[in-house]
Amino acid sequence: MSTISRDEVARVAALARIDLRPEELDRLSGELDVIVDAIAKVSEVATPDVPATSHPLPMTNVFRDDVPEPALPVEDVLAAAPSAEDGRFAVPQILGEE
Amino acid sequence: MTQDLTRLSASELADGLAAGEFTSVDATQAHLDRIAAVDGAVNAFLHVNADEALATARSVDERRAAGESLHRLAGVPIAVKDVVVTKGMPTTAGSKILEGWIPPYDATLVERIRAAGLPILGKTNMDEFAMGSSTEHSAFGNTRNPWDLDRIPGGSGGGSAAAVAAFEAPLAIGTDTGGSIRQPGAVTGTVGVKPTYGGVSRYGLIAMASSLDQAGPVTRTVLDSALLHELIGGYDPRDSTSIPGRAPALVDAAVQGAGGDLTGLRVGVVKELSGEGYQEGVSARFAQSLDLLRGLGAEVVEVSCPHFEYALGAYYLIMPSEASSNLAKFDGMRFGLRVEPEEGPVTAERVMAATRGAGFGDEVKRRVILGTYALSAGYYDAYYGSAQKVRTLIQRDFAAAFEQADVLVSPTAPTTAFRFGEKLDDPLAMYLNDVATIPANLAGVPGMSVPSGLSDDGLPVGFQILAPAKADDRMYRVGAALESALLSTWGGPLLDRAPALPTATTELEG
Repeated sequence: MSTISRDEVARVAALARIDLRPEELDRLSGELDVIVDAIAKVSEVATPDVPATSHPLPMTNVFRDDVPEPALPVEDVLAAAPSAEDGRFAVPQILGEE
Repeated sequence: MTQDLTRLSASELADGLAAGEFTSVDATQAHLDRIAAVDGAVNAFLHVNADEALATARSVDERRAAGESLHRLAGVPIAVKDVVVTKGMPTTAGSKILEGWIPPYDATLVERIRAAGLPILGKTNMDEFAMGSSTEHSAFGNTRNPWDLDRIPGGSGGGSAAAVAAFEAPLAIGTDTGGSIRQPGAVTGTVGVKPTYGGVSRYGLIAMASSLDQAGPVTRTVLDSALLHELIGGYDPRDSTSIPGRAPALVDAAVQGAGGDLTGLRVGVVKELSGEGYQEGVSARFAQSLDLLRGLGAEVVEVSCPHFEYALGAYYLIMPSEASSNLAKFDGMRFGLRVEPEEGPVTAERVMAATRGAGFGDEVKRRVILGTYALSAGYYDAYYGSAQKVRTLIQRDFAAAFEQADVLVSPTAPTTAFRFGEKLDDPLAMYLNDVATIPANLAGVPGMSVPSGLSDDGLPVGFQILAPAKADDRMYRVGAALESALLSTWGGPLLDRAPALPTATTELEG
């Protein structure tokens, strides 16, 4: 019996913007428990008194010199796009109708 | 020409080029011929860049003939893992979603390789987006281990390791998020180095987990890794996590280590990275290497890192979380695949979902969904936050251990190369491959895998050396010392014992 239900996997897949086939949903709902095991293990020692580390070598306020640098040529970038028009990316409609 | 240039190390090639014994065109063509002969069997390359490589070689030969002062590795060919972007050369990261994509720019490490005049032979195969330990998750077929073509070459950088082990390239670039340079090195009998986090620029790497990813060298000798590491390493203003200031001298450390004197050096054996789960032959080779290090004057002590057993759990919270965020850019809008939904309105959101459903492989979907779950509302603190606390504990373990020892050591991987399919349906068994390599990524410390002999099954075993952050030179010193001691016991390189590969010509004759 898996802890994370098929419906929950479908909900998260929608958040992740990945269309899953029914058989993929079946398989994944059996495989996501690994994360529940991971959290159970980690919780044994992740107590409130332990500070979190986000990066191995802490650095703050990393800036470069405020000197303009050329961006990539527009035509080079658009050459790799699935669709382009008038020097811009061409994308499907952004807002759904309803 | 009687000499087989593909059998030379990178430093030997560099010396021969400098002495005028052969040209870069000779060396590059020899490797391209070798690729043509054996890569049908090995499948280490996703793209072979023959014309450009030969053009670079010709240009280096001309510059050398004109008396120009060149980088030591100028003219020595190299292979690059397909997760590193290369201008004008296809870059897929092993994924269908990027099939046919030609990046408009070079990664910083590629810029440095080009500036130094190394011909780029091509791009190597890998698990899709570097997610895996066997290269079985590539969308473009398995890479086979040159030691046994029925077995995995490790992963995610199986292509780079196999290319170097099969003498298709003297040098290759890998990336290591949880062991993807070191574990393939171990199972193919090659050297692989994960530098200190921030030691090599990540600019132009297709990111999996940004706080863990690190690029590094894949070679057949420790000295070659040092040469390549010095070339690609160093500060890069385009990577905000790049370490400012001068990096330690690695080639010098490797040369010093090869001298064979480790008197006064303390080697710490990590108690938690041995015993249960480690194949007998792996443990035996590990013990033999420890004896050799003692013989060179090192003092071997046992150290305990009690939180390493939590590393795997923390890794499988942090890595998918960061991956799910990094892979959000594959939305079908600006590069790569675009797939429209079969029915219903064609909106950007639905195109993105259809594109990712069609373009991502099983393991990528798995990890992105795991990461999305871990980062979703209500879970973030308990999941990602808790895992980050374990990182602190692991860093403290390392700090305490490095009080007692100058370097830490363990077997690189618990077993030798397994057969295709053996662990494909059991993600946890696959993940356990990386149990000894993951702590270094979580803490940001450097790690190296050096071939330490063959196990009972005749397959290579790796010896892992870990050093404190920014002290990468230490592992080069120890690695070179161990390598040279092992070479004396073997009477030659370990790879000389690998079986001959079937070649395209012999297949035709047969």
